[in-house]
Parts: sequence; C-alpha cells; structure tokens
Amino acid sequence: MEVGQLQRSFVEYMASLFREGFLDGQFSQLQQLQDDSNPEFVVEVVSLFFEDSERLLNDLTMALDQPNVDFKQVDAHVHQLKGSSSSVGAQRVKNCCVLFRNCCEEQNTEACLRCLQQIKQEYLLVKNKLQTLFELEQQIVAAGGAIPMVQ
Amino acid sequence: MGSLLRMNRLLSSIVESCNCIIDPQLPADDLLMKYQYISDFFIALAYFSIPVELIYFVKKSAVFPYRWVLVQFGAFIVLCGATHLINLWTFNMHTRNVAIVMTTPKALTALVSCITALMLVHIIPDLLSVKTRELFLKKKAAQLDREMGIIRTQEETGRHVRMLTHEIRSTLDRHTILKTTLVELGRTLALEECALWMPTRTGLELQLSYTLRHQNPVGLTVPIQLPVINQVFGTNHVVKISPNSPVARLRPAGKYMPGEVVAVRVPLLHLSNFQINDWPELSTKRYALMVLMLPSDSARQWHVHELELVEVVADQVAVALSHAAILEESMRARDLLMEQNVALDLARREAEMAVRARNDFLAVMNHEMRTPMHAIIALSSLLQETDLTPEQRLMVETILKSSNLLATLINDVLDLSRLEDGSLQLDIGTFNLHALFREVHSLIKPIASVKKLFVTLSLSSDLPEYVIGDEKRLMQILLNVVGNAVKFSKEGNVSISAFVAKSDSLRDPRAPEFFAVPSENHFYLRVQIKDTGIGITPQDIPNLFSKFTQSQALATTNSGGTGLGLAICKRFVNLMEGHIWIESEGLGKGSTAIFIIKLGIPGRANESKLPFVTKLPANHTQMSFQGLKVLVMDENGVSRMVTKGLLTHLGCDVTTVGSRDECLRVVTHEHKVVIMDVSMQGIDCYEVAVVIHERFGKRHGRPLIVALTGNTDRVTKENCMRVGMDGVILKPVSVYKMRSVLSELLEHGVVLES
Repeated sequence: MEVGQLQRSFVEYMASLFREGFLDGQFSQLQQLQDDSNPEFVVEVVSLFFEDSERLLNDLTMALDQPNVDFKQVDAHVHQLKGSSSSVGAQRVKNCCVLFRNCCEEQNTEACLRCLQQIKQEYLLVKNKLQTLFELEQQIVAAGGAIPMVQ
Repeated sequence: MGSLLRMNRLLSSIVESCNCIIDPQLPADDLLMKYQYISDFFIALAYFSIPVELIYFVKKSAVFPYRWVLVQFGAFIVLCGATHLINLWTFNMHTRNVAIVMTTPKALTALVSCITALMLVHIIPDLLSVKTRELFLKKKAAQLDREMGIIRTQEETGRHVRMLTHEIRSTLDRHTILKTTLVELGRTLALEECALWMPTRTGLELQLSYTLRHQNPVGLTVPIQLPVINQVFGTNHVVKISPNSPVARLRPAGKYMPGEVVAVRVPLLHLSNFQINDWPELSTKRYALMVLMLPSDSARQWHVHELELVEVVADQVAVALSHAAILEESMRARDLLMEQNVALDLARREAEMAVRARNDFLAVMNHEMRTPMHAIIALSSLLQETDLTPEQRLMVETILKSSNLLATLINDVLDLSRLEDGSLQLDIGTFNLHALFREVHSLIKPIASVKKLFVTLSLSSDLPEYVIGDEKRLMQILLNVVGNAVKFSKEGNVSISAFVAKSDSLRDPRAPEFFAVPSENHFYLRVQIKDTGIGITPQDIPNLFSKFTQSQALATTNSGGTGLGLAICKRFVNLMEGHIWIESEGLGKGSTAIFIIKLGIPGRANESKLPFVTKLPANHTQMSFQGLKVLVMDENGVSRMVTKGLLTHLGCDVTTVGSRDECLRVVTHEHKVVIMDVSMQGIDCYEVAVVIHERFGKRHGRPLIVALTGNTDRVTKENCMRVGMDGVILKPVSVYKMRSVLSELLEHGVVLES
C-alpha cells in the first residue's frame, strides 16, 4: 500500500479513536514525549499498561469471587487501574473505573461484578484498537514513511 | 290478877321480841320460854356470825372506803348479839349481878346504835352518789366503745382506699383502671351494682361504658342534660339519687326493694386543661358519672365513711385516668415521631443518592463533554496550520475562540457545583484589562451587527492596563451580561463603560451592607452595560440572579438559555468581593447592568487570601532543565513511566521509586525536585514530605517537593500545604504544564495551580 494512503488511514483511525472516546488528550501527550532519545516511548508505556491491567483485572476477578468480598481491596485495585488508564489516556476504561469505585463504596457485589464485566470489555476494546494502531505504525515505517503527528 | 299477869307476860314477850329490852321481874311460862330461849340463842348466833363474815370479806377486798362504818356496824351487831345471849340467863330468877351484866351491853348497844344512826345520815348520800357515778361511767364506756368502732371503720376505710388507689394507680391502661375501680369498689363496699357512664364524643350524651356485673347492655345512652345528672355534676360530693332515675335503672326491676343508690362525678382531665396559673377551677370540664347501688332488700344504708371512700376513689380515678391519657398522648407522639423519622431517613437517603448520582453524572459528563471539545479544538488548530484564505482563517479563528469559550463554560458547569460547595477558587493572575474589554467587544460585535445593534466600548483614562484577577471568569461575566443585553434588545445600542469606582459610586442603595474599601493594592472596577432593550418590570428584578428563573416577558421570546448565566455571574462577582445588580425603568425602557469587582494592582506588595504567583507571559521555553535531578515517587507503574517520560523529554535526569520507603532511602540533597503522586491510597505520602523536611531542614539543598494529584479539592491542597509541600499539580500533566511548573519552582520556589 502506498505510504500516503497508510498515513491517511492512520490519521483517520487516530481521529476516530479520539472521537469515539477511546483515547483522550493524555495519549497525545504521550505521543509528544516520544522523540529521538525515546523512540519507543509510547509502545513501552502502552505495553506496561496492558501487563498492569491484565494483572489487576485478574486480581479483581479473584477478589470478587470470594464469599466475603473485601471491598477495600477491590477499591485499591480499581484505584490502581484508574491511575494507569488515565496516565495512558484510555478514557473509557478510566470512566468505568470511576463508576466501579462508586459501586465499591456502596458495597454492592452485584453492581461490582457488572462493572468488572464492563471494564474488561472496554479494556479489550482499547487494547484491540491500540494494537491495530501500532500495526499501522509499523506498516508505515516498513513502507518507509514517517508517522504523522496528530494534535 | 291472873289476866294482869298474862298481859304483863305478853307485853314483856312483845317487848322482848321487838325492843330487846328485857324485864327481869316476870315469871316464865315453860313452852314459851323454851321458844324464846331458842330464838334468842339463834339470834345471838346470827348476830355474832354476821360481823365475822363482814370482817372476812372486808379483809379480802382491798378497796372499801367505809371501814369505820363497818366497825360501827360490827360493834352494834356484836352488842345486840351479846344482849340476846345474856338474855338467856334472865328467864329465871337472877341475881342483881346478872342484871348488871345484862344492863351494860344494853346500854352500850343503845349508845352504838344511836351513834350509827347519826353516822348513817352522812354515809347514805355518799353511797347513793357512788351509784350515780357508776351509771355515768357505764354510759361513758358505752360512748367510747362506739367511738372506737367508728375509728376502726375509718381506719378500714382508709386501708381500702389505699388498696384501691394502689390497684388503680398500678396500671396505666385506661380500661384496666376503670375496671379495677369498679371491681374493687364493689368488693369493698359489697355493692350490688356499680357502673360508669362516660360522655360521648359529642358531649351531649352519657354512655354506659363499664358495669360490674355485666348484666346490662353496654352502649346504653342517656342525654346529659337530665336534672339528676346536673345535680351530681354540680358538686364534688357523693349525691344520693333515686333508684328510679334513668342512670340508676341498671337492674331489671324485680319485686325486691332496690337498695340505695349514690352517684358521684369523675372529672376527666385533658392535657389542654392544664394552665399553670389557673389550677383549681377549670371551667369546661367533662365528667363521667359513677353510680353505686347497695344490695336490694338488705336494709343497708350508706354510711358517711363509705361515701367518703367513694369520693376519694372518684378523685383517684380521675388522676389515674389523666395519667393514662398523658401516656396515650406521648405514645402517639412517639409513634408519629418514629414515622417521621423513617420518612426523613428515606428522604435523606434519596437526597444522598441524588447527590451522588449528580456527582457521577457530572464527573462522567465532564469528560464526555470535553472529548468532542478536544476534537474540535485540536482539529481547528490543525486547520489553522494549513493553507487558508484570509476569510477562512478568520472563520477558523472564530471557531477556535468560541470553542475555547465553550470549553471554559463546560468547566464552569462543573464549577457551579463547586461554587455551591464553596470550594471554587479564582485563578488569579496578571492580565491586560484593556485587551480583555477589547476582546469582548470584538466577540460581541458580529453578533450584534446581525441584529443591527451598535456596541460601544468606553474605558476611562485612569483604568490601569495590567491588573491582577481572574481573567477567564471576568471575561465570562462580561460576555454573559453583554450577551444578555444584546439578546434582549431588538434595536438600538449597547454601551459598555468601565472606570475606576470612586467611593460614592461604590454604594448601591439597595445593598447598604456592601461597603467597599479600596486600598493601596486594590481598586474597584465598575462596569456599566446599558441597553435599549425590552427592560425589566420591578417585580422581576429580585429574581434576576436566581437560578433557572426567567420572567414571563423573557420566556415568551426565544431566549434559549438555561437561566444559569446571571446566577453564575453573581457568584463570581461575590467571589471577587464585589456586587452586581440591574436597574431598569420598566418594560420597554431598557436596562442597565452594573457590577463592581475588586482587582489587584500589580507591581505592589500584594497580600491576599490565596497565595499566588503572577502569571508572566509564557516564556519559559528558553529555560533548560538539562541534567536537573528529579526524583519521581509513584506507586502506579504506568503513571510512573509516563511522568518519567515527560521529565526526560524536558531533559531532566529522572530517578523513579515505587514506594515511600524506597523514596526515603534514595533521596539525597542532589535531587532538586521530588515529584510525588499523592493519589495513592493507603499510603500517607504526606509523611514523606515531613521526613524530607526534617532530614534536610533549612539548609540549602532541600529538594523542592511537588504533589501530583488527580484530586483538586480543597482538602488535598490543604493537606499538602500543611506538610510543607512546595506545590500541587493536577493530573493529567501536559508537557507545557510540567515545563511551566518546573520553571516557576526553580524561579520562585513555590507553585500552586488549581
């Protein structure tokens, strides 16, 4: 495929991610931080985010599986996830975390399980999208082009 | 001679038998003499034994007052006996000596009898009076007995009353009280029937409520105005009534004579009757009637003590009933309170839920609203970079400006809720006042010209160019007010004038408590916006600044506002220690909006409530942080990495730690800045700041501590200030923000951003 076309689809894809709320301004900040001294910054941060989130989601599943749910523990995990997702700019995940914390405050196991379900969904979605994005980037680089900046 | 002798002998025997005076000269007849001889002998015997008996019995009895009399009688009798004894020797011829012996006791006897006769005159009245005294004492004893009987019955009555009272007062249930009263009274007084008539709700009838023997239909009523009832109600004593009166006709009429019936009133006390100044006589009282019937055919009568008992009981019953009434009332009040409590609790929980829902909504919507804004702003700025015709460029610029405004507005929707909490703080900085007005003017002009309105701006010459205040919000206030002026004017002009307020113009006659005090470092800006629009009626003026209210006139026009604008303006103006009001002469006569706010004058020593740093125009792009040693403490790995990347991008030499202990281990005086994320839960990061302060003290080389937080509330900021942090930054941090924060830190040593 032609570089220009790839670049255009990249820009469109990125814009759609912003438009649909998967990513927010924080992600653009991350992109700005990527420079020659730190060429793989975004990918590194995002990979760390994936690892972290998967671990946290597992912990959450286990914690909510207990007969006596320790809501403090659950809240702590969700707080972590919220922090990670907002640092990366994964906006929808972060919003879900906000709602999840409210359910924790009410100590409502049912609602928490639903929130967890939702967070998992959102996480998988955003993971998917980001992975697609990175593939596009790789394709552009492979085709010899430069990755366009989207502000 | 024979008859003469015979007569002598007869006479002498008669004399002897009557007088005991013996004639010694007469010859004796044999049989007669024999009889005389025996009689004399027996008489003497009797006469001698009587004193012996007397003495014996007197000796036996201790109390006999008349011993002397007895002695006399004794002597008299003894002598008489002696006389008769000696008479035995005188039946035959006797010598002169015997005659002498005979004569002596006789003489003595005569003497003693005369003395005794004389003494008896004194003694017999005494004896008689003893008798009367005895009678008198007997009567007295009988009387005392009677009185004893009365006292005993009274005491028993008292006992009964006490027992009855105890029974009545031991319960607080009305029915039990009344039933117990009737039962106990019936028992104590052995009544045939005892009944209680209570007044009905209407107060016009008495209803038979309780009876002792259950033989009558409960529910029987009699009208209350009967004379017998009035009589009973008129006094607080027990009244005897006729067994034929309607209230007493409780037994089926039998052939028996009905027993006596009495009735007494029982006052029913209500709580409302208690007026402390008015204790004894309570005018409109309700009474119940208690009727007591003695057993028929028993000929018993009502005794006074029984009537007294009934009176006392009636009083006690009244007291007990009032206690029961009070208890019922208080129970009812308590139930009511509990219900209200439950309802209030529910309302509170609902309100809490609503508040939480609102906060969630705001939190999420805030971001939902910002995303499209972000897209618009981002893409418009992108568009600006491309090649555009001048008209296009103008349009894009307007789009950008409007969207920035909109972004600010969105912020302020959040702010309004924070405004109401009182947690909003102004963004104080130095800005160009003249430029601000010009920008407002240029923003409003195109809109106004569409409506063929002229907008004029006049700034007084003594208005300073640079001032200290909240630029964004002042612009918002201006735009709101000017926007309203334009919105509600169909034609004519809108004039904006701004000048420094002098003391006389600082007073609003409608708000006398607002007293502005200008000082060296501050001045009061007065802005007047006059329009020739539809005006406002006097009734609507007070509601102008309330949320969501719109006057009738406005509502008919296509205003399309939320009604929040002026309310927000007023709050901002108040925060700026000012005052805002609108004057209008009436409908169709236009209106003038005036506000006065306090602004700071730059360049002088500024003391104000919020510590702030003048926002100089951004020119720190030149400052380099090359090699600046920074320590980042963050529990969250991703966040840590992002912050590190940010700082590295700016050229810093970054070390990262993931925990408080690690931070304290690693930090040295070489680190110029410590950035710590305080949104970690469960870790008291504030302690780290305290320890760092202690460790490095006032010596040079203490690293500056900045808190990184997602929380902009006052509590977090206060905590940070308390432990001596040098700044607070709100996440998410952009490169630009980090850069400016670091510059400010290194320049001034402190930074605060909200």
